[in-house]
Amino acid sequence: MLTLIAEILVALLIVIGSTFALIGSFGLIKLPDLATRLHGPTKATTLGVGAVLIASMIYFTVLEGDFSFHELVITLFLFLTAPLTANFIAKAYLHRHIRHDDLPSTNREEGWATYDPPGEEGPLAPTQNPVTEPPARTPAGGA
Amino acid sequence: MIDLALLYGFIALALALLCTAWRLSFGPTMADRILALDTMVIDTLALIVLYGIHHGRSVLFEAAILIAMVGFISTVAYCRFILRGDVIE
Amino acid sequence: MKLHGRWLRHPLITLVLAGFWLLLMNEITLGGVLMGLFLGVVIPLYTSRFWPEAPAIRHLPRVVEYTLIVLWDIVVANVQVAWWILFWKVERLRPSFMTVPLDIYSPEAITMLAGTITMTPGTVSCDLSADGRALLVHGLHAPDVEETVAGIKDRYERRLREIFG
Repeated sequence: MLTLIAEILVALLIVIGSTFALIGSFGLIKLPDLATRLHGPTKATTLGVGAVLIASMIYFTVLEGDFSFHELVITLFLFLTAPLTANFIAKAYLHRHIRHDDLPSTNREEGWATYDPPGEEGPLAPTQNPVTEPPARTPAGGA
Repeated sequence: MIDLALLYGFIALALALLCTAWRLSFGPTMADRILALDTMVIDTLALIVLYGIHHGRSVLFEAAILIAMVGFISTVAYCRFILRGDVIE
Repeated sequence: MKLHGRWLRHPLITLVLAGFWLLLMNEITLGGVLMGLFLGVVIPLYTSRFWPEAPAIRHLPRVVEYTLIVLWDIVVANVQVAWWILFWKVERLRPSFMTVPLDIYSPEAITMLAGTITMTPGTVSCDLSADGRALLVHGLHAPDVEETVAGIKDRYERRLREIFG
């Protein structure tokens, strides 16, 4: 009985997890620009992998009979690092393709940290935007 | 039942990898490509774990944790390079 | 908690490191526990320059409450974002950047808030203002910016302020 419940649970978690991973990756194709594309992988894919890892944990503990919980390491690691990578990718994108004037104001004296290094004196001058490339092209019109 | 679920999982993850590969080759900006690579690493991680279940061995766990760490560090390093490289110019 | 001796300045890090060691070992044995505790004491000492002071966590039950709320929100967020990605036309989404002014000061609390925002419904935190007093947040579908910002401040920031003070 217990093994049957465990089997159903493992199968369900595998299906749910891989579906979420697929949806998150599909969002990469469907959504129009990077800022929106960030939402798919950071959320759906992370939860998908989390579900698959929990499935592996249940499988090895209940069905194979050797107590296994080290999958928790990867789950924790992913949940801790997903916000960091999302933040770094967003900062790289802002730095290359978005002008400071296009973002909402900080309502403070200083600008956003990507454009205005912390600690320096004075507010950001409006002409100081380090845009080296034109804004992002759409995939359809891309050369 | 688990075999069927595993089959579905392999197919879904293969499709997911194709999606990321598409974005990796056609992504208009550098940040898109980094995001695609990062997603690819996470999908590969899931694939390795499923493969471990398929073979009933947890030996592949070490490979999974290595890929997770290398993927995170390379993503951050690449973004740092973009952020700081321009500053030096 | 009067554990702040010379050898045990960060009891929390010690516990986390010992737990992680046991997770990596994948079994609980006496030797593993001892080795984990040894590493948990030695590593904070060796790297003590990185953590000059321990973050003050007040109100431990609040931490548990916050963790449960965030875990639940992560699941809800995933279903919601998956739904949007699968079934909504792209034109129907209203993505926008927004500014979240901060009322919390400690770096740990701001880091927690930024991470929470990224993992929960339809929002990703993108940048921090140079003086550290405002967060730049991108919403996947945020037709009403004020409402989203107020939701973040009420649901997460208020609790973090109670936890970190």
